[in-house]
Amino acid sequence: MEYMTKGILEIHRALKNKEVTSKELIEESLEKTHKLQEECNAFVTILDDAKPSEVNDNFLSGIPYGIKDNYSTKGILSTGSSNTLKDYVPFFTATAISNLESKGAVAVNKTVMDEFGMGGTGTTGHTGIVKNPWDHSRMCAGSSAGSACAVAAGVYPYATGSDTGDSIRKPAAFCGIVGYKPTYGMISRYGLFPFASSLDHCGVLSRSVEDAAIVVDNMKGIDKNDMTSWDSKDIHLYESLGKSVKGKKLCYIKEICDINMYKNPSEELKLHLENFHKVLEKCKSLGIEIEEVSVDQTLLNTVASVYVVISCAEATSNMSNLTGIIFGPRGEGNNYIEMMKDYRTHGFSPLIKRRFVIGSYVLQAQNKDRYFHNAQRARRLIVDKWKELFESYDAVILPVSSGPAKSLDKNDDTLDESTTVLEEHLQIGNFGGFPSITIPDGFIDGMPVGLNITGKCYDDENVLNIAYNIESILGYKNQIAKEVNNG
Amino acid sequence: MDKYKALIGLEMHCEISETNTKVFSSARNSYSDLANSNIRPVDMGFPGTLPVVNKEAVRKALMASIILNCQQPEYLYFERKNYYYPDLPKGFQITQETKPAPIGIYGQLKFECNGEEKTVRINNLHLEEDAASTDHFSDSSTIDYNRAGVPLLELVTYPDFHSADEAVAFLETMRSIYQYAGISEADSKKGQIRCDVNVSIMDKDADPTNEENWGTKVEIKNVNSFGGVRDAINYEIKRQIELKEDGSYDQMEQQTRRWNEETGTTIYMRSKVDAIDYKYFVEPNIPKFRIPKSWIEEIKHDIPSLAPERKAKYIKEYGLTEYDATILVKEKSVSDYFEETIACGANPKSASNWITTRLLGYINKLFISIKDVFLTPKMLKELIDMVDKREISSKQAKDVFYESLDEKKDPKDIVSSKGMKQNSDDSEIRSIIINILDNNSENVEKYKSGRTNVFDFFVGQVMKQTRGQANPEMTREILTEELGKR
Repeated sequence: MEYMTKGILEIHRALKNKEVTSKELIEESLEKTHKLQEECNAFVTILDDAKPSEVNDNFLSGIPYGIKDNYSTKGILSTGSSNTLKDYVPFFTATAISNLESKGAVAVNKTVMDEFGMGGTGTTGHTGIVKNPWDHSRMCAGSSAGSACAVAAGVYPYATGSDTGDSIRKPAAFCGIVGYKPTYGMISRYGLFPFASSLDHCGVLSRSVEDAAIVVDNMKGIDKNDMTSWDSKDIHLYESLGKSVKGKKLCYIKEICDINMYKNPSEELKLHLENFHKVLEKCKSLGIEIEEVSVDQTLLNTVASVYVVISCAEATSNMSNLTGIIFGPRGEGNNYIEMMKDYRTHGFSPLIKRRFVIGSYVLQAQNKDRYFHNAQRARRLIVDKWKELFESYDAVILPVSSGPAKSLDKNDDTLDESTTVLEEHLQIGNFGGFPSITIPDGFIDGMPVGLNITGKCYDDENVLNIAYNIESILGYKNQIAKEVNNG
Repeated sequence: MDKYKALIGLEMHCEISETNTKVFSSARNSYSDLANSNIRPVDMGFPGTLPVVNKEAVRKALMASIILNCQQPEYLYFERKNYYYPDLPKGFQITQETKPAPIGIYGQLKFECNGEEKTVRINNLHLEEDAASTDHFSDSSTIDYNRAGVPLLELVTYPDFHSADEAVAFLETMRSIYQYAGISEADSKKGQIRCDVNVSIMDKDADPTNEENWGTKVEIKNVNSFGGVRDAINYEIKRQIELKEDGSYDQMEQQTRRWNEETGTTIYMRSKVDAIDYKYFVEPNIPKFRIPKSWIEEIKHDIPSLAPERKAKYIKEYGLTEYDATILVKEKSVSDYFEETIACGANPKSASNWITTRLLGYINKLFISIKDVFLTPKMLKELIDMVDKREISSKQAKDVFYESLDEKKDPKDIVSSKGMKQNSDDSEIRSIIINILDNNSENVEKYKSGRTNVFDFFVGQVMKQTRGQANPEMTREILTEELGKR
């Protein structure tokens, strides 16, 4: 009997009814971990000595899960998938992980990511590329690649992720699962290795909206160690699911969703958008009203550059603590400058170094206003536009990416100009700290694709309930990756 | 100097020592000799750690801002100042810049220099975190993170000082303010105060309010004592005048120099052209925080009385001299000791005499703080009382005082264990005196004939017979009386 392919509530019931023990679940999960590691290379560390926990009334007790490797875990290697921290064993645990631990959740592995979350392909981790469990010749997207891969493959019902631009929500779409990042500050970032602090969110990858709600209910909470966290004790995500969505209003953006906006659309893009519009029609059967809105193309076109400027600027500063002096493998040299240079030169991948150069450049006194401050101004304009939409609509619904997972042969992470906005619009959720969830909405050539629902801050219950209702009519709830191509 | 006028500005860094914890960390804010004993993960920049603002440090910084007559911001922001240095574990310092507004901006302070009142304009006051401290040895260096994250106030003045005396007088005023307001011990021996000084010279007759007349600004870093500030300013003025005189001043570029305490000279570090670009941006992990007007009012109300106020009170209410009052308020710990002694019920003038002469002499000789002496204000009060009640003589009191300090004994115990009670019994002393006069008629005659120096012989005899316990003043009074009768 397999349990790790089921949803959290079903596993919990089995544990309560003593059909299975926590120990057996861990064994099953670890066995699948090892198998998937050979196939897809999803893990940095496998916790073969994971101990079962007592099963109580908390849905997560006794159930295995995975942790993205940028969460600090006491006594357990935490690398951020970077050579700069390849030997780093923290002495404190991230708040979000302690919260799960205290509920009896059992971590069984730490998952591969793009180095420090700074990539969208799942190919830049120091332990090598992560393959998509549906098709080994394709990427998972990133940066939460290993988490998405493992959840889709049925290693466990959920894994933690982090999301600075789309790092939970895009790999979720490419792997056919659910990815949810709640409102900024709902989950403490204490102990999450930072990429860009004003954009970084903790979150979860799971196979159903229900599981995402249960997990975040247990991860969230105000934290005295994170001043940006806030008290969410009155928010009960799981309990808010299942309410009627009749009369809820969603909008989608013409400039992103209308095939006529694209000059030479690929076949995949056509199918993806067609499918999206079909799904919208189905949503109407739930009593949801859906309208098309138009947003200034110039504003939409700034999204990708705003993201690059702000995220690189913050990243270059956030990662200045990586010197190899206090932690990390110390570099060689005759003085601290030589040691730091050696460590950083050999430790970081070229992609990250490129981003550091951009970050330094846009913060330089002579460039700061033109780039960094303008990016902040544009960020404000975009957020204000979305807030304006939220005055009339419960949420914005949009397709994720321009199609299914990309081939690993084309993993250069560069943007095709015509579909840039479609590829990058999830970043708006980070600009505004909005609750944002991706769910699977169909298949193209046997590969899953997804849609995203983003609502206003602190309205997570509403956003999740809408996603829950839509999920219920699409039939992709709790789907496990079926290999269509083994590469 | 006759042909020139100096323009001097100061950047004064002072640690806020009087908070329980550091400014963005829950580690203890306490000076410790044991390296790396007051640290939390955030103080060493471990991945995933976040700053959390210490409200008490903000409160104290706002108090300083109010005292300096600065404007307080509506919202509190912090900024990152990015640079690499071994004492800066995060690779950036959390500080404040002038935009958005720091904890204080555009203030002014009156201070006294050589009896004259001066005013200095404050450009800004900002709250930031201190760096770790480093020690350098011949083949290695060590880093102590105890200081990393200690709250630090940086005060930047306009170049309104014209001499080293003025600059130092201002620094002493600031030290007094920080101490009296309970913001900092402001102890430069503990490295709590550090200064950067900027100096330029201009023609004496030119208008200093017109910036075009200003000379080239030279910034001197790393001056860590008030004596150093004085010497560095004087050295730099002299150096710049020499450049003027030999005609090379105009070639001098705007620059940063380092003060070398040992050689007493300033050394070229870098030109303005090579100034570091710190790539400031708003710290994203600290949400902007509104400072309510009511909080400012509350803090204003809580400002304790500062040195000038206490000094005025000592002169007016206690009748002390300006000189003594000035000495008493110079260090808050001394003034506190004095006030506590009074609160125990001591006579203010006696207390002032004991403290300004003997006690300060004693602690200055030993380089210790008044907080470290064994003699408490209550003990001093009791000692003063014993003299006033004529239980012991002034001479005895002086001996008891030093024995108490040296041997760490309560003056009462010293007096009683040595049987040091003073005899102030009129009839007893009188009968002894009559007896002595009766037995020394020859000397009485000498006295009567005008050889008044035999008076001391009689006093000596009384002291001998009473083993020094006779109250000397009473002895003199009665002796004069009895001799007059003969």
